[in-house]
Amino acid sequence: MATDGGCFIGASLSCADLLVYLYSEVLNVSPDRVHDPDRDYLLLSKGHDVPALYGTLAELGYFPKDRLKNHLRTNDSIYWHPNRAVPGVEFHSGSLGHLLSVGIGIAMDLKLRKASNRVFVLLGDGELNEGSVWEGMLTAAAYKLDNMIAIVDRNEFQANIRTEALIPLEPLSPKFEAMGWNAVRTDGHDFEALHRAFSELPNESKRSNEPKKPTVIIADTVRGKGLPGIERRADRWFVNFTHDEIRMLLEELHGNAQARLTSDTLMVR
Amino acid sequence: MKTYEEVLQDCALADDRIVVMTAENRAAIRTLPPQLGERFIDVGIAEQTMIGAAAGLALRGRIPIVHALATFLTLRAFEFIRDDVGIAGLPVKLVGGVPGFLSDGNGPTHQAIEDISLMRGIPNMQVFAPADMDDLASTLPTILNSPHPCYIRYPASTPTQVERTVYDIGRSEHVANGNDVTILTYGFLLREALVAKRILEQHSISAGVIDVRWLKPFDWEGILPLVRHSGLAVTFEDHFLTGGLFSILSEALVRNELSVPVLPIALEERWFKPGLLPDVLAFEGFTGAHLAERIRARFDKRPLSPKRTVHQEAVGIG
Repeated sequence: MATDGGCFIGASLSCADLLVYLYSEVLNVSPDRVHDPDRDYLLLSKGHDVPALYGTLAELGYFPKDRLKNHLRTNDSIYWHPNRAVPGVEFHSGSLGHLLSVGIGIAMDLKLRKASNRVFVLLGDGELNEGSVWEGMLTAAAYKLDNMIAIVDRNEFQANIRTEALIPLEPLSPKFEAMGWNAVRTDGHDFEALHRAFSELPNESKRSNEPKKPTVIIADTVRGKGLPGIERRADRWFVNFTHDEIRMLLEELHGNAQARLTSDTLMVR
Repeated sequence: MKTYEEVLQDCALADDRIVVMTAENRAAIRTLPPQLGERFIDVGIAEQTMIGAAAGLALRGRIPIVHALATFLTLRAFEFIRDDVGIAGLPVKLVGGVPGFLSDGNGPTHQAIEDISLMRGIPNMQVFAPADMDDLASTLPTILNSPHPCYIRYPASTPTQVERTVYDIGRSEHVANGNDVTILTYGFLLREALVAKRILEQHSISAGVIDVRWLKPFDWEGILPLVRHSGLAVTFEDHFLTGGLFSILSEALVRNELSVPVLPIALEERWFKPGLLPDVLAFEGFTGAHLAERIRARFDKRPLSPKRTVHQEAVGIG
């Protein structure tokens, strides 16, 4: 997906480990139950990381891996942001700051039905600039939506600039806590750490006496994780690599050799 | 006749898919919280969150009907309506309070006079502007049962007292016959149009009146024969000239390769002077008497005489 038209590779790699962990250890979902009303929901509010989601879904058998070759082809719905015509995608996104509120609506319905399934919303850290996210935080806390878990992919980058150099977010956990949320901070690439963080989620039996609150998992991540050639690079936001570069990057991913990237991958999106 | 609130309560108690929501504007739904319990959701003054949450509820099979002032609903939350309701095609019902001139003395920030233009631009969004509570209350069950999103201009409380024959989505009401001119209008201005008809009769001008009601879907089949028969159509609306009824009628005429003279009466490149409704109508030239005079002027082949000059300076806006 990062060639022949390109994609937002850095922001996808920062949350790839998170998605792998969520789909394999946390979410109550499976490819044969994509319409099951009792499934958990995962909403990708930072929609430009959809390559990470599609990679995960394809590996888990939600659709054939070959389908990803339809990227940017008009005979399918696989493009730079999610579309729910693709199995496993719960809702479309692209404009930032929308899916916390959509998730609130789903969580409200689950509460009305006294259902035990949960709603996970993956937010970008740059996305936290959007006022609608903070509106939603207040509403989720007011309605005691302890079935809602926001996950912040804290890769420390806006599109082109470090968050702390533009609109500083830290200290971030206390902000969520002041809004009435439980906040847990974790390494977003270490599965042991993720396991500890997610084991702190509200649980009917364990926390029935505690105040009901939504939870945020702030996952510290690295933009471009796994590819040293693009890690933490402000100019590797939207990339469109040559086939040669993709081959070198795969070598780099497997730790064999450093990739030499020459193409102009700084594209304004 | 039951009120909007009573009909909504009946519908919601009979169908637990219906969820009544508001961004802390309860004017139209004050008695519902104790009746509906947890199916009454007030998100606070947060229109974007209300629309996003309504989309989420609709994804789970609910039929949310949301309430806010028309400006904040259609303007503040526009992108949420477009993206989360429109792109997804979810059956969220949007009720905009004090649209058009009904915002009285609130001033331009509260003047929803581009709401129809914005909402009709969203694919599959229906747009309903009833003249009174009777029309709204009678049509509400059909709207709630429709699979489409719908924007409703919440009407004034004064009854129009016209005979209605249909309450179907997309159907206009032919309220009065006339041979010389056909006045097309929607919302509470219908009663001013009927006043104009009576005045014009005294001057031997026979005016037909159509309550358009649905701006989308637009009742072209019902409206066209009357417009062609009279030879002059007047669009009369409390909306900007662009994107409202005048635009809708003009688009339909051009698309069908028809040429019919149209006299538009709308707000042209300006907000209106805030005040109590009767004073606003008088100042802006939207009373029945003003309307009759504009139409008579047209028939006398005199140039149209604007009743007013640019007022933005006087109000201190612009």
